[in-house]
Amino acid sequence: MPAPAQTRIIFQHIDEPGYTNDLACYVRHGGYEVLKKAVTRKPEELIDEVKKSGLRGRGGAGFPCGVKWGLVDRKSGKPIYLIVNADESEPGTFKDRYIIHQDPHQLIEGTMISCFANNVKQAYIYIRGEFPHGAKILEKAIAEARAANLVGPNILGTTYSCEIYVHRGAGAYICGEETGLIESLEGKRANPRIKPPYFPAVLGLYQCPTIVNNVETLCHVKYIAQHGGEAFAKIGTPGNTGTRVFCVSGHVQRPGYYEFPAGTITLGQLLNEVCGGPLPGRKLKAVIPGGSSAKILRFGERFKGKRKVGAEMVDYDWGVEDVPMDFDSLGMIGTMGGSGGVIVMDDSVNMVEALANINAFYSHESCGQCTPCREGSLWMKKITTRMVHGEARHEDAALLKSVADQIPGRTICAFGEACSWPTQSFIAKFGDEFKQYPETKKTAKPAGAAALI
Amino acid sequence: MIAPTKPDLVTVNIDGKEIAVPKGTNVIEAARLVNVDVPHYCYHPKLTVVGNCRMCLIEMGLPAVDPATKAPVMDPATGKQKINWIPRPQIGCGTNVSPGLHVRTTSPMVKDAREGVMEFLLINHPLDCPICDQAGECKLQEQSTGYGRGYSRFVEQKNVKPKRTQLGPRVTLDDERCILCSRCIRFSKEVAKDDVLGFIDRGSYSTLTCYPGRQLENNYSLNTVDICPVGALTSTDFRFKMRVWFLKQTDSIDPESSTGANTVVWSREGVIYRITPRRNDAVNDTWMADSGRVLYKQVKADTRLTAIKVNGADSALDMAIHSAAELCKAGRVAIVGSGRSTVEEQFLTRKLAAALNAPVSLVSRVGQGDKLLISADRNPNVRGALVTGLIAALPAPRLAELGAAIDAGTVTTVVSLGEDLAAAGLTAAQLTKVSVVYLGTHANPTSAAAKIIVPTLTVFEKSGTFINQQFRIQKFLKAVPGPAGATDDLVVLAKLVTAAGTAIAASEVGPLWKLIAAEVPALGTMTFANLPDTGLLLDATPYAALPFAEGETLHYKPAARPAPATA
Repeated sequence: MPAPAQTRIIFQHIDEPGYTNDLACYVRHGGYEVLKKAVTRKPEELIDEVKKSGLRGRGGAGFPCGVKWGLVDRKSGKPIYLIVNADESEPGTFKDRYIIHQDPHQLIEGTMISCFANNVKQAYIYIRGEFPHGAKILEKAIAEARAANLVGPNILGTTYSCEIYVHRGAGAYICGEETGLIESLEGKRANPRIKPPYFPAVLGLYQCPTIVNNVETLCHVKYIAQHGGEAFAKIGTPGNTGTRVFCVSGHVQRPGYYEFPAGTITLGQLLNEVCGGPLPGRKLKAVIPGGSSAKILRFGERFKGKRKVGAEMVDYDWGVEDVPMDFDSLGMIGTMGGSGGVIVMDDSVNMVEALANINAFYSHESCGQCTPCREGSLWMKKITTRMVHGEARHEDAALLKSVADQIPGRTICAFGEACSWPTQSFIAKFGDEFKQYPETKKTAKPAGAAALI
Repeated sequence: MIAPTKPDLVTVNIDGKEIAVPKGTNVIEAARLVNVDVPHYCYHPKLTVVGNCRMCLIEMGLPAVDPATKAPVMDPATGKQKINWIPRPQIGCGTNVSPGLHVRTTSPMVKDAREGVMEFLLINHPLDCPICDQAGECKLQEQSTGYGRGYSRFVEQKNVKPKRTQLGPRVTLDDERCILCSRCIRFSKEVAKDDVLGFIDRGSYSTLTCYPGRQLENNYSLNTVDICPVGALTSTDFRFKMRVWFLKQTDSIDPESSTGANTVVWSREGVIYRITPRRNDAVNDTWMADSGRVLYKQVKADTRLTAIKVNGADSALDMAIHSAAELCKAGRVAIVGSGRSTVEEQFLTRKLAAALNAPVSLVSRVGQGDKLLISADRNPNVRGALVTGLIAALPAPRLAELGAAIDAGTVTTVVSLGEDLAAAGLTAAQLTKVSVVYLGTHANPTSAAAKIIVPTLTVFEKSGTFINQQFRIQKFLKAVPGPAGATDDLVVLAKLVTAAGTAIAASEVGPLWKLIAAEVPALGTMTFANLPDTGLLLDATPYAALPFAEGETLHYKPAARPAPATA
């Protein structure tokens, strides 16, 4: 079956020749028309549209956006804050960066619509510290929008006012975790908060109800406000509505970003047809489908079970290539859609070395607040680093698995899962490679192989 | 005692045991009530909950209800409401009780979680228990006997961190031992209100440190040492002095001010090594001031009086008593009592004053309160003098009346109970005009001028009671024997009273309390032995009109003081 054509909603103008990131260009392409209409509607109506759309958050967890907005405590009398999570730090993910760099007004329009819908008077764009240029672009775009009365006091002649501020992180992955982000925004160490009681919808920024949404999610809200929730729900598959941006990196002919209706394309179509398949003379070996914390898939393994199609339960028997790229299907086979970062590895990659790289990242990024993640992530890193650079032992695979098993589900935030899932899945899928690694090390590296981290 | 307000009770089930606990109690505290220990490091009952050590993970379940009808779902096997067990372990410290909450603390999941956390905490820990001061009172040691492996699977290099950082004048930090529980940070911020501690760096390399250019030097800094669950924060004073398991613990009271913080005195073979706070939720919670911890040093001070003297010559107790009685018989005697004396001593002082028909004045010590555990009145027991009837009004700032009486020649003999009359306002000239009988512990200008000196005991060497600013009577016990040459204040006072013509049968705390109970109505129902460890609240209403000096402290509000009933 040939791959479907791309449906570019969010990335409509990305890399379009002649399209610039200033307000004039955005307005020329019909920009801010949706906001103009939205402010004449009732906020509840907009929230209903988002609920109807079935939009799921694009930051990684896939939590339904309408439900998130529904949980916000609107009775406390406290101000409601909206935070745009632009701390795109998950290795393998680079979609928000394109939006911020090339189409910032799309994000600002989506943000303003979401703010209006939720009666938010103050929004923050929390952008990761490694995006200094992106922060400048956003600052400029917000200034333009404010000058055009699209952001700020009494926008578009209405009584509604809302400010957007850009806040730069200082370079920590954990700031992408929403409560860690809130702590950081408050000026503290980004230590994620315990939930309960600190659910952002009730006790978020400055202990006020807070909505934290991903950049891409808010751009989808703009589309939903424009075309209606039902129209959005028709894109993609039930439960996985709208389009998804896939950021493909690694050993394929044409890595890059691709936008497809969710669930309409399989992993095989994406990699082999859209991305041009493996490099010449190589074979695909493994793929991480949703950012580096998602569990890895091994080409050649098969997944069997029952799944719901409409109202019926249908048997499925998939190879890695057959898996539809949506939250639920990827969840069913034990991994996740995550942030859409698809990392491809071919047969030139040694999985021990790949894991050593991932573990180095997570041990560096653990905030250090709670014990299992703090100590476990560094222990795993020390083991894999020793395997690669020092003495590898046959029993290290079992030890790694045992350490990784002691982390997930016992930590304050999802970082526990993020740092242990790679190790768990690498060992489960490539255990043989880990056991053989002491022997593998004795054979010489091919000429031209990159230096190990 | 004030009747506690009736709390909203919630019934929970912990390891199969049902118990009703107040709403808002967390699982650790609820479990404590049914004698189930939930191990923990970062949780402290007097600090905010952060849930970062993950040691208190428990399995938790809630009664099942039908989502549509909200009707309880029954389990046909047991006939009881079905319990939906949450598949992930939850933290006991951050989980508050709710009706029907079920908790398992012994299930395989909980055991596995605790063992995992325990192993993680130990991999980068130096395991230098043989040279660690915390050994013997270390939570890490304690829990590793229950949940540790006994061997290490960790073959990598341990993290290296600073070993001996001087965080402040009294606290030394070993960062390698730190398990990053953040108790000290929270204490400094929330209780001491001196937010100087924090973590720098990330992950397992996180390091506790002081704000640049600042020091942990507030008067409560040593509480961080007490609450440190491991040997990371140690007292610079106590460091490497003694193994804690050799030390005897004696309940005591901080005599620094009228707050009356409850303390424990740690001693061995007559030598005190340290003083730590003792929990009393109505007085000092689990805290005490640093200044109260060094008071034990006065026990061995060079200025300690150890010889009974009459007119500068060494003497025996009975000779000194006889000489003092002779002086007093001449009349024109005044007594300077003390707000530092115990209730028992003040009772005997009153007896002595009655027998000699002598006026009594007290030395006032009013300073600045710190709004926490040091109150403005630095006398620990002015309330005791009021309750025993030694005085009727609060002591005047300086001994002006006594000075005037000396100048007028109406007073020629002064009996001072440990008070330095020079410091209290008498001039050197006035001191030369009178014969001083001095009962005290340390040398000072008054002892130098005294005709008769009888060395007595410090609070660490005797038992007794103080009545604090809340009118809470609290007892303390003898921790170490007094030095040779010093006599118990009560013995000296009893002999003086007897010599003055009123026979006193008792000179020990226990028997003396029978007399006190008979003569002091407010203390009529009590005996020394029966006084609870956390003290008893007395009726303060008779003294409501007195202008006490204290401002607000941790558990004391001067304006809104309730009218407590006598116990």
